[in-house]
Amino acid sequence: MSSDQTKLADAQSTQEARMGSGADDRFNSKLREAFGSTPFILTKFDKFMNWVRGSSMFMLQFGIACCSIEMIHTYAIKHDLDRFGAGVPRASPRQADVIIVPGTIVSKFAPRMKRVYDQMPEPKFVVSMGSCTVSGGPFQEGYNVVKGAEEVIPCDIHVPGCPPRPEALIYGVAKLQERIAEGESSPVTVKPYELEQFGDLEQDELVQKLADQIDEEDLVMRYNWGDSP
Amino acid sequence: MSLEKRTPVVDDVGVTEDGVDYDALADLLGDSIIDREHHVNAEGFVIRPDDVQSVLRTLKDEAGFDHCSCVTAQDYDDRYESIYHLKKYRDPTQEVSVVVPTPKDDPRHQTGSDVYETANWHEREAYDLVGIEYDDHPDQRRILLPETWQGHPLSQDFNQDQPQVVSLREHANPLQDDKQSPDDPDTMFINIGPHHPATHGVLHVKTVLDGEQIVDIDPDIGYLHRCEEQMCQQGTYRHQIMPYPDRWDYISAGILNEWAYARAAEDLADIEVPEYAQVIRTMSAEMCRIASHSLALATFALDVFGDFTAVFQYGIRDREIAQDLLEDLTGQRLMFNYLRLGGVAWDLPEPREEYFEKIRDFLDDLPEKLAEYHDLVTGNEIFQMRCVDTGILTPEKVKDYGATGPVARGSGVDYDLRRDDPYGYYDELDWDVVTEDGCDNFSRVLVRLRELEESARIIEQCVDLLEEWPEDDRTIQANVPRTLKPDPDREIYRAVEGAKGELGIYIRSDGTDKPARFKIRSPCFSNLQSLAEMSEGEYIPDMIASLGSLDIVLGEVDR
Ligand code: SF4
Repeated sequence: MSSDQTKLADAQSTQEARMGSGADDRFNSKLREAFGSTPFILTKFDKFMNWVRGSSMFMLQFGIACCSIEMIHTYAIKHDLDRFGAGVPRASPRQADVIIVPGTIVSKFAPRMKRVYDQMPEPKFVVSMGSCTVSGGPFQEGYNVVKGAEEVIPCDIHVPGCPPRPEALIYGVAKLQERIAEGESSPVTVKPYELEQFGDLEQDELVQKLADQIDEEDLVMRYNWGDSP
Repeated sequence: MSLEKRTPVVDDVGVTEDGVDYDALADLLGDSIIDREHHVNAEGFVIRPDDVQSVLRTLKDEAGFDHCSCVTAQDYDDRYESIYHLKKYRDPTQEVSVVVPTPKDDPRHQTGSDVYETANWHEREAYDLVGIEYDDHPDQRRILLPETWQGHPLSQDFNQDQPQVVSLREHANPLQDDKQSPDDPDTMFINIGPHHPATHGVLHVKTVLDGEQIVDIDPDIGYLHRCEEQMCQQGTYRHQIMPYPDRWDYISAGILNEWAYARAAEDLADIEVPEYAQVIRTMSAEMCRIASHSLALATFALDVFGDFTAVFQYGIRDREIAQDLLEDLTGQRLMFNYLRLGGVAWDLPEPREEYFEKIRDFLDDLPEKLAEYHDLVTGNEIFQMRCVDTGILTPEKVKDYGATGPVARGSGVDYDLRRDDPYGYYDELDWDVVTEDGCDNFSRVLVRLRELEESARIIEQCVDLLEEWPEDDRTIQANVPRTLKPDPDREIYRAVEGAKGELGIYIRSDGTDKPARFKIRSPCFSNLQSLAEMSEGEYIPDMIASLGSLDIVLGEVDR
């Protein structure tokens, strides 16, 4: 190492001079070299942040149904989503910024999913994976099935398929990264199903019937199945 | 030791050389029987609502029916009905159904859960979905649907369009007074799930802890109840039902599940399956088992080691190969939809030699990989500390809870429908049923690992057979009418050995091209019920290991 340093001191390029002493070789990446003698970037802060966001996404480890099996495959060996800067699943919603919703959402689960989504810090993005999260999929006619994730939370990307192949999910994630880098925000969606306090529900026969089972302050989700698509 | 036919059990009451002698059983039960029905799989004894316990008790204690396989509830035009499908662990071909009709205006009858522990959850499900109430049931709550749900969706007068309200109760402070168990103020209540990495999907486990030990545990299921039974009741036999079984146990056990439906429907409509198709079915089903068990191992390692470690990646690696083989055969990676009533969808992919070679390559590599697994997993000291002698489930409890599959075999209960109630081509092949008698988490994992070897043996023999199969005899499908209408009022309960255990299906036909009642007996549902038995009094990490070793899949638990 010491002999290297002496050599450097002997022949110092402009680039080295500007970097000053002490900068480690490790930081002297190919990218850095590409900037040549003027290692400055002039960019908009927002643009820079979007680029960073898109290139390092933390996914939430969130499995629901069959699609999550293909999601696991996307993370694991062979498909390895990590290569695209989006590979490390986080177990806690508070550390994640992308949620892949992989599966059928039923009445009992939708409030929990909404809660998990709410716990994620902004900015957050949603990839809805599979026909079930698009529309209810093969179970759309079921008495207990929410007709798509978009009834509950806003979705940025839909990946259709039952289940989508891992390649398709990777494509969806790559598209999301592209969108984030371009600074596009998620589409405005209609979200008929909200979490609200039981006391705030409109009074009708059903609400009165349940009054002795549910506290006023309890959060509830009300499904008007008749109006579902 | 190769596969030996079991000697039929003849020492029980009501059993002769050629099976169950229902007249003798009827004599045993005497006046309790008010009528007799004939189901395709067994005779049904119709009994009065207040005789349930005594009849079940007699059949269990005196006639040896120790396995309550399933409880089916249904709503007729003029009555409600529960059916208890009873079998024997020693010989599952000996079956009997106990039919309990109840009046339309007051559907209630005695519970069977005093006799068979497993009936507890089955009856809760029947109450939840159909609306029959069970007197003296220890815990009559809804099980799949939210507690605030209105109506019973599989009863005839259910209005699907009525609004529903579902609550989200929070457990903000686990040490608050109301979260503590009343008799022990030092306990703490915690929720595990429904979104938690160790619950294999959307299972919610309510736990009461005393320090690190579990005082009480209550699995709360239904977060993936997506109306599979309703979907199947809306589909036509011939084509519309087959896609759904793939989605019950979605851990790639697709063909095993499809087979359950195919077997039940074929027996219901008297369809013969060509031998060639049976061999292909057997081969592909075992590939599914390999894929399924590798994922079980991978996720178990994930639970026990706590991160995406090498074992997890290795498991997925091997699963990918099995999935490739299945994709070549069926055209899909996960939802195969490959079986048809009366056969399979199409023949093996061309060129056949290439496909066989691919399979053989996979099988040749397998022993080495298994050795690696044994080094990495079962030989690992940390793993052994976590798994040996934790999560004990005794053989008696296995039978009580109706547990089947690797869970039963890991407790030394020698029960495998592929051998005991043969179907497909299994009885022509040379393979063994794997059992371990450790009764702990370790044994259950070991059983799965060893079953990989057996599956490989089966596949190898199938490949040999298929290679030699004469070209002019490759019928892949029997001649099945385009619209299938089984005779009205035929009832059947048939099971196959799925990846997780006994996967049974009850179908009642009403003369149309759709089933009048379609009930799924899921192995995971019964297996999961034993979780409390395994983990109460144990440490909480052991519970996580037990849950992993049960290898449940929520799609099948909730259906
Ligand atoms: S889209 Fe298909 S594969 Fe995905 S969760 Fe729904 S049913 Fe399962």
